Amino acid sequence: MTTAEASAPTPEELEFQRLIDEDSRVEPTDWMPDAYRKTLVRQISQHAHSEIIGMQPEGNWITRAPSLKRKAILMAKVQDEAGHGLYLYSAAQTLGTTRDTMYEQLLSGAAKYSSIFNYTTPTWADMGSIGWLVDGAAICNQVPLCRASYGPYGRAMVRICKEESFHQRQGFEILLTLMRGSDEQRRMAQESVNRWYAPALMMFGPPDGESPNSQRSMAWKIKRFSNDDLRQRFVDMIVPQAEVLGVTLPDPDLGWNEERGHNDFGELDWNEFNEVLAGRGQANTIRIANRRAAHEEGAWVREAARAYAAREDADRSALLEKVA
Amino acid sequence: MAESEKRAPSVEAGTRETWPLWEVFIRSSRGLSHVHAGSLHAPDAVMAVRNARDLYTRRGEGVSIWVVPSEQITTSDVDARGGFFESAEGKEFRHATYYTASEEVPHL
Repeated sequence: MTTAEASAPTPEELEFQRLIDEDSRVEPTDWMPDAYRKTLVRQISQHAHSEIIGMQPEGNWITRAPSLKRKAILMAKVQDEAGHGLYLYSAAQTLGTTRDTMYEQLLSGAAKYSSIFNYTTPTWADMGSIGWLVDGAAICNQVPLCRASYGPYGRAMVRICKEESFHQRQGFEILLTLMRGSDEQRRMAQESVNRWYAPALMMFGPPDGESPNSQRSMAWKIKRFSNDDLRQRFVDMIVPQAEVLGVTLPDPDLGWNEERGHNDFGELDWNEFNEVLAGRGQANTIRIANRRAAHEEGAWVREAARAYAAREDADRSALLEKVA
Repeated sequence: MAESEKRAPSVEAGTRETWPLWEVFIRSSRGLSHVHAGSLHAPDAVMAVRNARDLYTRRGEGVSIWVVPSEQITTSDVDARGGFFESAEGKEFRHATYYTASEEVPHL
């Protein structure tokens, strides 16, 4: 134990703890421990980066979506993801980190984003699997975050969760349409589910025993459930959904456990997870390269808009001076 | 503690945002007030309104938008809220529920 922890808590620390204990919310102007602030900035900005990078695997299919309706839906979904990124950046910003700093951390590779977005999307069925499994896992993770102890984070999550359910349903519908189609389409859907099942389960993060920061985040009521609990909840959710679709989940150990009242499922390949996290996934390099190019190629737009705003300001000031 | 130190640090020392921050208020339908929806960055007020439309009303959430530069908002002192809001406390008689004598009487 450090000396800081051993000494009597300050009134500010007591007030912070009271808010946490009472299930109240911490707001930007409240005092908070540095570690709480840092944890939130890291978690919220990572989440924001994930939304921004998450536009790419699906953006990849907008021009090739099989109908005008599917193109319009996919565009709306990608636009939502941009929006979710912005809600989250706003929330992180209230903790004292600028938007530009967070962008720089993403572009330089200093900040992480969810490793799920480093997998490629080779077929149209992947748009279905992303919606059903990836967004499904995200919703499982995000619904409890609506009650996160940091007010702006919880409020951003409420807005995001409202919009995410459309994402999951449209993905399910894509897969259902394929499963009701030709043999080739059914095969495409099944192969895609085979690719996304395990990575989606890994979205909840490492097993509880190997997730040292989880305990503290739960004590601070940022996280409400452990990684393994959320993963279990997700598996129990998708098993009956897979039956409706008529797809097989690629896990020989998957099966109902009467005693536990939950589905058992197989060990995940955490080596793969760590490899992707370390930058050696299918698409890590291209995702960041695309993001960087978009940022650099958009620089002139940001500059021009700022120059225009400055000129308008100057014109207004000159006019006011004349009137005076 | 100085007043300025009590605020959440809005900008890190030495860095400046490319575009200023705006607070967005949305009226969800006629007859209701504009309610704070969130914030965004934009170079000027016109762009802020347009960005707010794209960011906060993608599903018909609004019929009117206000944007206000975040730095123009003045806040009551959070640390002094006890004293500041004291005059409302301990005055239950300001609420209708304080008066129980009329409980069984109709239309009261």
